[in-house]
Amino acid sequence: MAKVRGAVVVDNEGCKGCGLCVEACPEDVLRLNREVNSRGYHYTYMENPEQCIGCANCGVVCPDTCITVYRMKI
Amino acid sequence: MVLKDLIKPENLVYGKSKVQEDVYMHYCPGCSHGVVHKILSELIEELGIQEKTVGVAPVGCAVFAYNYIDIDWQQASHGRAPAVATGISRMYPENFVFTYQGDGDLASIGAGEIMHACNRGENILVVFINNGIYGMTGGQMAPTTLEGMVTSTTPTGRNVDLNGYPMKITNLMAQLPGTSYVTRQAVHTAAAARKCKRSLKKAIENVLAKKGTSFVEVVSTCNSGWKMTPVAANIWMEMNMIPYYPLGDIKDSVKGGHIIEK
Ligand SMILES: Cc1ncc(C[n+]2csc(CCOP(=O)(O)OP(=O)(O)O)c2C)c(N)n1
Ligand code: SF4
Ligand code: SF4
Repeated sequence: MAKVRGAVVVDNEGCKGCGLCVEACPEDVLRLNREVNSRGYHYTYMENPEQCIGCANCGVVCPDTCITVYRMKI
Repeated sequence: MVLKDLIKPENLVYGKSKVQEDVYMHYCPGCSHGVVHKILSELIEELGIQEKTVGVAPVGCAVFAYNYIDIDWQQASHGRAPAVATGISRMYPENFVFTYQGDGDLASIGAGEIMHACNRGENILVVFINNGIYGMTGGQMAPTTLEGMVTSTTPTGRNVDLNGYPMKITNLMAQLPGTSYVTRQAVHTAAAARKCKRSLKKAIENVLAKKGTSFVEVVSTCNSGWKMTPVAANIWMEMNMIPYYPLGDIKDSVKGGHIIEK
């Protein structure tokens, strides 16, 4: 079976740290940063990037459309 | 494998629609409005209707919708979006016209307008954001507020003897012969948001095919107004709102046709 790898790019400045993407991720990839962006929000980052399958669940639930998702078969 | 091999245009599977303006939205973190704006932008792009789409923005948190979706907009006064949309769609029948309204806007001050637009079967889409309160003004009780729900004007919970019952306005609209497609959706999970997108697509296609009024309720959260975190608000919505406002199609018929209530 072909394996897929995914990756996300977060718009750090647009992110409002709501955490909905962290909840929506089935692979426990995302976390909220301890650091804040210039607007004071704890923006999302990939804590476990190797686990991402590129399902785009995080992108779909993000109210601020901050997540771009990439996926490829390997 | 390194991330830079993955992050390439040919591997892109999800990103921001070109129809969505490249600005930060004013909505509170985690607000459902943003997800619905995004779905509408994606559909307008996918259906290639950007040039002929006209939105009518409400009074409420979505008052600035015209800053976020790159289409023609008209602002309506509180609750009057269906009347304004009626005028636009009658004068420009080839355009795709929709209203975007909150529950205070649609079910309270604009209850008359929405009822008559749906009864006339105006060829418009109504997007109805039901977050159970008046979000913009500080979380006051709306017609849709659940029994016992604490709001800034019902600090001990909605008392139905005093305040009446939570209104299932979408079911009422399904009873009117002018509506062709009436559905209730949500966007709190990826699965729900994808389903909501399919429903909105069908609703838009119905309007393009001149089938009368399509009405899409989105059961939503207003986590600031509910005084919860965004994640807790989603859980609360699932446990409290959705049992009273169950998701799914309520009517899928034709204008003037039989009311098939599911
Ligand atoms: C004629 C009129 N009456 C009252 C108001 C005050 N007002 C502004 S927003 C709003 C409530 C909007 O609530 P809702 O429609 O539920 O939308 P939300 O903000 O929750 O998205 C009210 C009462 C107004 N702007 N105009
Ligand atoms: S694409 Fe899917 S697996 Fe990857 S971070 Fe987003 S939700 Fe998680
Ligand atoms: S859902 Fe969007 S705004 Fe919310 S934390 Fe994730 S990336 Fe940030």
